[in-house]
Amino acid sequence: MPFKRYVEIGRVALVNYGKDYGKLVVIVDVIDQNRALVDAPDMVRGQMNFKRLTLTDIKIDIKRVPNKKTLVAALEAADVKNKWESSSWGRKLIVQKKRASLKDFDRFKIMLAKIKKAGVVRQELSKLKKETTC
Amino acid sequence: MYHKRGLWAIKAKNGGTFPKHEKKAAEAAPAEKPPKFYPADDVKKPLVNKRKARPTKLRASITPGTVLIILAGRFKGKRVVFLKQLTSGLLLVTGPFKINGVPLRRVNQSYVIATSTKVDISGVNVEKFDDKYFGKKVEKKKKKGEGEFFEAEKEEKNTLPQDKKDDQKTVDAALIASIEAVPDLKSYLGARFSLKAGMKPHELVF
Repeated sequence: MPFKRYVEIGRVALVNYGKDYGKLVVIVDVIDQNRALVDAPDMVRGQMNFKRLTLTDIKIDIKRVPNKKTLVAALEAADVKNKWESSSWGRKLIVQKKRASLKDFDRFKIMLAKIKKAGVVRQELSKLKKETTC
Repeated sequence: MYHKRGLWAIKAKNGGTFPKHEKKAAEAAPAEKPPKFYPADDVKKPLVNKRKARPTKLRASITPGTVLIILAGRFKGKRVVFLKQLTSGLLLVTGPFKINGVPLRRVNQSYVIATSTKVDISGVNVEKFDDKYFGKKVEKKKKKGEGEFFEAEKEEKNTLPQDKKDDQKTVDAALIASIEAVPDLKSYLGARFSLKAGMKPHELVF
């Protein structure tokens, strides 16, 4: 029931609306009740409304408004990228992206693989069923 | 205006004066006789049209060897290999026939989705195919009769001439060899495409 993810300096957030949709950004300062100053290695530091951000579990150790070099170093030190990509949320997003970019031939190959897997599972199941009934 | 247009630089480059070219000597205009007949009404001449007929612009995604999905007609849904664009703008396409039953055929670019799968087409010679190859055969006029005439006609029309069958075989032989080199490609070309539940065409990447 209580909040677990707080808006604080160093909180890593996911942008869920706008030009930078899908990017991971770091909250670097709080401007007022609704907006934060936000920064990422591949974008210009700028303000963003909190409604455009979804907070993640990851937090890094930085001082208020660090310069780009320090920010990048802190991100490396905390290993944000790997933590994100190994988290279940991060993995889900990667899978979604992969599925969206599948070509027609890839979809066909996946269909064949699914049918094969289902066949193997069904065989094992029928073996097990035979054992229990007899 | 003089400085804005850089006229000072042109002058300096040409040694103080503007570059001139000499006028051509005026040619003596040939003496025209007044016409001896003026028409009663002014008839409008049709305007000049210098446009040339060109084959339709080929989409950048369609290159020789691309796998296309045919969207309409008897072969709708079939995945087919693109060979070349003919001078009429239509695309020359083949199944290959052994794999999915689509023969050497012409297809319009608008009725086709281009996938990003490419087949190696270097071993295939498509020089001899053009629009005339696919045109309807003109039959000689026969005298009108009844009975025998109708029966004779029906027998002739149904079979494909043997040389077209041989063309199909030669084109397909090289193609099938390069298709079998890629795993699953043969069954891919043999299967039809269809939209299943949850597939949104505007979000699909082909």
